[in-house]
Amino acid sequence: MLVLHCPYCGVDVDETDLHGGGEAHLTRHGPGSSDDEFHDYLFQRANPKGVHFERWRHVYGCGKYFHAARCTMTLEVFGTYSAQTLEPPQEIKDAIMAKRPDWTGGAKS
Amino acid sequence: MSNAVSALNGLTAAGDVTVKEAGLRGMITLRGDFSSRKFKNICTELSGMGFPEQGKANCDGDRGLCWMSPDEILLLVAHDDVAESLTKIEKALKGQHYLAANVSDARAQISVSGPFAREVIAKLAPADLHPDHFQPGDFRRTRLGQVAAAFWLTETGAIEIICFRSVADYTFRLLAASAKAGPVGYFTV
Repeated sequence: MLVLHCPYCGVDVDETDLHGGGEAHLTRHGPGSSDDEFHDYLFQRANPKGVHFERWRHVYGCGKYFHAARCTMTLEVFGTYSAQTLEPPQEIKDAIMAKRPDWTGGAKS
Repeated sequence: MSNAVSALNGLTAAGDVTVKEAGLRGMITLRGDFSSRKFKNICTELSGMGFPEQGKANCDGDRGLCWMSPDEILLLVAHDDVAESLTKIEKALKGQHYLAANVSDARAQISVSGPFAREVIAKLAPADLHPDHFQPGDFRRTRLGQVAAAFWLTETGAIEIICFRSVADYTFRLLAASAKAGPVGYFTV
C-alpha cells in the first residue's frame, strides 16, 4: 500500500484516495513541433528500475496534482512536492542522493 | 416556490452510535484567493466563524467554514440564508476572480454521534482517525467505502459528514451498518 504526503492538504494520503497521473516533468510538444517530437511527447515514457518522478492527483481530497519521487523497485518514497515546478526541488534531489548515491540525476536511468 | 426536502428527510438509525441525516443545510462552494482580505472577511462575516487553517473546519450549529483545498472553502449557512449570502458575496468580491455556487441541494449532511463514533468512520475511511491525530476542528476529505466524503469532529465528539446527495442513501446505510456492527476497541477513548 502506497502512502503519499499531499503537499497541498498537508496530510498523508492512502493510494486509494489518489489517482496516478503518469510521468512527471514532461516537455510538451504541441503545434509547430516535429512529428517525432510530438510522437515522443504522446507515447514515449521512461520506465526505469529505480528512481522515478510521477504525477499524482489527490482525487478524493483537494483535487490537485502533485509530484512524487519514488523508487519503482522498492516502492520507497523519497518525497512529494508541488507540481508548479519544472524540475524536482533540491531537497528531493538531496533525499534521493542520500539513499541512492549512484543516481545520475535523471528520471530516465 | 417548491418545497425543499433534504436527501433523506431526516432519516435516523438509532443505536449506541446514532446516525442521523442532518436535514436541510445551506452550503456554498467558494473558490478564490485565500490571501485576499476581502475573501476572508466575507467568509468570516457570513459564517460568524474564524477563517480555518489548512485541514481545519470552524463550525457551530448550521454555520461554519470548512477548508476544502488551498483555493476552496465550503461555507455553511442556514438553508434559508443561501440566496442572501450569495448576493453579499457577489457584492463583496466584485472585480475579483472567484466562484461562488449554491450546492445546498447537491449535498447531504449526516451526523454520527455516540461513544464509538470515531471508529464507525475509521472502519470506512483510509484516514488516520487516532485521537492523537484527529481532533475536534480537524477536517478531512477522503472516501467512505466507495464514495467521496468529507467529515469533521465536533467538540462533543460527534462526527459530521458531508457527501453528494446522489450517494446519501449509500452513505447512510454504510454508516448505519458500521455503527450496528459495534466498536472495534482499537481507540481507547
